[in-house]
Amino acid sequence: MRRILILLLTVGLGVAACNASDDDNADGVGVSNGETAATVTLVTHDSFLVSDSVLEEFTEDTGIGVEIVPAGDAGSALSQVILTKDDPIGDAFFGVDTTFLSRALDEDIFAEYESSALDEVPDELEVDPHVTPVDHGDVCINYDRAAFTDTPPPTTLTDLTDPAYAGRLVVENPASSSPGLAFALATIAEFGEDGWLDYWEELRANDVLVVDGWEQAYNEEFSGGPNAGPRSLVVSYASSPPASVDPDAEPLPDQAPIGTVLGSCFRQVEYVGVLEGAAHPEAARRLVDFMLSPTFQADVASSMYVFPVRTGVELPDLFDRYAELPDDPYTLEPDEITPDQREEWIEQWTDAVVR
Amino acid sequence: MDRRRGALTTAALAAVPVLFVGVFFAYPVAAILGRGLFPDGSLDLGALGDVFRGRQVEIVWFTLQQATISTALTLAVGIPGAWALSRMRFRGRRIVRALVVVPFVLPTVVVAVAFRALLGTGGPLGSLDLVPSLWAILAAHVFFNYAVVVRVVASLWEHLDPSTEEAARVLGAGRVRTFVSITLPALAPAIAAATAIVFLFTFASFGIVLILGGPGLSTLETEIYRQTALFLDLRTAAALTLVQLGAIVALLTVTGRAQQRYATAQRLRATTSIARRARTAGERLALGANLLVMGVLLGAPLATLALRSLRSTDGALTLDAYRGLDEVRRGPVVIAEPLAAAATSIRYAVLASVLAVVVGGLAAFAIARGRGRSARMLDGALALPLGVSAVTVGFGFLVALDSPPLDLRGSWVLVPIAQAVVAIPLVVRAVTPAIRAIDPHLREAAAVLGAGPRRIWREVDLPIARRALLLGAGFSFAIALGEFGATAFVARPGSTTLPVTIYRLLGQPGPGNFGVALAASVVLMAITAVAILVTDTERLSF
Repeated sequence: MRRILILLLTVGLGVAACNASDDDNADGVGVSNGETAATVTLVTHDSFLVSDSVLEEFTEDTGIGVEIVPAGDAGSALSQVILTKDDPIGDAFFGVDTTFLSRALDEDIFAEYESSALDEVPDELEVDPHVTPVDHGDVCINYDRAAFTDTPPPTTLTDLTDPAYAGRLVVENPASSSPGLAFALATIAEFGEDGWLDYWEELRANDVLVVDGWEQAYNEEFSGGPNAGPRSLVVSYASSPPASVDPDAEPLPDQAPIGTVLGSCFRQVEYVGVLEGAAHPEAARRLVDFMLSPTFQADVASSMYVFPVRTGVELPDLFDRYAELPDDPYTLEPDEITPDQREEWIEQWTDAVVR
Repeated sequence: MDRRRGALTTAALAAVPVLFVGVFFAYPVAAILGRGLFPDGSLDLGALGDVFRGRQVEIVWFTLQQATISTALTLAVGIPGAWALSRMRFRGRRIVRALVVVPFVLPTVVVAVAFRALLGTGGPLGSLDLVPSLWAILAAHVFFNYAVVVRVVASLWEHLDPSTEEAARVLGAGRVRTFVSITLPALAPAIAAATAIVFLFTFASFGIVLILGGPGLSTLETEIYRQTALFLDLRTAAALTLVQLGAIVALLTVTGRAQQRYATAQRLRATTSIARRARTAGERLALGANLLVMGVLLGAPLATLALRSLRSTDGALTLDAYRGLDEVRRGPVVIAEPLAAAATSIRYAVLASVLAVVVGGLAAFAIARGRGRSARMLDGALALPLGVSAVTVGFGFLVALDSPPLDLRGSWVLVPIAQAVVAIPLVVRAVTPAIRAIDPHLREAAAVLGAGPRRIWREVDLPIARRALLLGAGFSFAIALGEFGATAFVARPGSTTLPVTIYRLLGQPGPGNFGVALAASVVLMAITAVAILVTDTERLSF
């Protein structure tokens, strides 16, 4: 027994030692203002992805390393940042989107910063001096082309209540899913606060299926997804068509196997900001600038399946070929989506749709 | 003098677990509760009143209901299973013993995928239309917790001296009467321990309820997650957490009493002399029925999962998904490295199980030595983490562990620590009954022969506890491997674990990612099975 314990302890300590040696920092590298930062810490959500070479370029240019701290899904990550605002867990926070922005601004978690690179970004995306837009993803209904050879696919939200589409739509629960919430907001933007719940009554009458998250909706229920489920319409993203094409296929198909209902899209913009009270504010500002640079912006489509905010950035080939973007997506102003308002909408939706 | 020294030793043994769970559980939970209960510096219990109105009452009621039914069902299926694995010798027994534990340690996302693959639309049992429903939740809960009942109960059953039962039979008691009046009371401590664990797990079940219950069914756990992570409404979350804590304390008090009442010294025997081949037709039938239940209940979802991982989108069999285990790329971006994540998971799990066995083992000896109320309280206190929301603990870490000497936020160390906190109660519950059941005559005999207390501990208690400790180590390792709670809600730099990787792959669009996620789940299952096989050293005799 003692031998086993000693063995376990040795292994344990060995593991600990290995881990400890991983995070010894390099020597401090000078940044202007006399601030010394070897590493800038970016708090973000679990879906954040970036090519290694892109971050390496930042480190080469500035001498600043980047530590990525994923903090759960988008909602949970923001809650953690708010909870720790007196003693921030990082220098910058990326991943607050349109639906959560008002809470972030109410809680004063961000310091003001206006990046000079914002010149290259359309003005309508700049909503507040505390945050910098980085990308946008459009939440849209996708359809499985193979299932719409006889009937045409729907083109608007109203079409979805047509009996021709009965039993075909799967959506996510707005209480637990970010695209689910965005789609609910699209219906509020279209039908107004007085009419949206009536619309959902009609969707219910048309046998809409509500599932908990995007994974189930797309992977399991959607006929164009990996499990070839029974439903041919799904709430997903404008970037889903390029994602559905096998990049190694030769020749590449003319059309992606799934299409986008352009009249159903809600635009979600994702923002980054320098955290108030950050240990390395100057390094954080350099990182914000870099996230608007052509290098980073060109990477967001292939890494996170979202669209860059910077104009004139070249998209990856598959996006170029297969992604369709709406000209006039649904939007709501961030101050229309206050935390209380959002909670009330979710409660109303829950009462009307899943009870 | 001797008694006083004994009490001192017990207190010293208890100090380590009390300190550990105090710092890494009670303090963080108290800190986050404090934020909700004292929003402006003064106590505000208004939210507690709101909890007992309308929707929240439904949630509390449903939580208790589903946990009670789940626990009862698991016991009904698990106790016969424990008999089969402790009393019957059959070919493949060791493998079966290891395999039954696999479901228990799978991440909920994987279990949910497996159950949806089996019961969902298009699955082999899709026509039953069970997803989403309460039935799907119950089935998954039994699947998940079967191992707890089987293994905890079997670990005692396999040491019960059968001669008492044989004596009862000789004296004319029937099978049923013998079981009810001899075997069941002897097993009561283990059954009570298993009941407590299963109830706590199902009471605090998160992913299963969320994914298999559908959007209409909420439990306390899913509601606390919503209020904390999504709305940051700490006031409501704190009120719900108090209700959760109240229910758990009540349950632990009841099961703790039961454990104590029935904990009598029994003559334990080495398992090798007890398990035997099925002799009568009835025994063979019972054994066969149990193996069939295990095969269907545990095998079907896992087999569906494994088959799915081997199926390409057009239905052909392929190993493509397994080729992606090294690295999943999308152009220049590495989305996931499942094998590297598996290595990380193993490292964390080794650390977590060392922590859990040391801390939990000390606690078990302290609890077994002290018989009074303080022992019961320590036992109960250590079990609390099983029933409290992972998101409460995770957010508590953020608020509480932010200043020296405990400035651990954002440190990888929190991952194995959080895993150990969840594993400790299982070690305690696996080890305590075994120590309690040690025949005091053994110790007395050793003392008469001149052995000091330390030597008695080393040569009597420890060898008997060793198997239970090893079982606890295996459980801890497996739990840490599959843990997807507190660590998923905590900001954590650096290496991702395998469950997190699986979850990420499931959330990524792209034709191949789903398959790789399933293949990674199969790998996780395999590592778990091996870990349990290695620690389940049935052949070592003591």
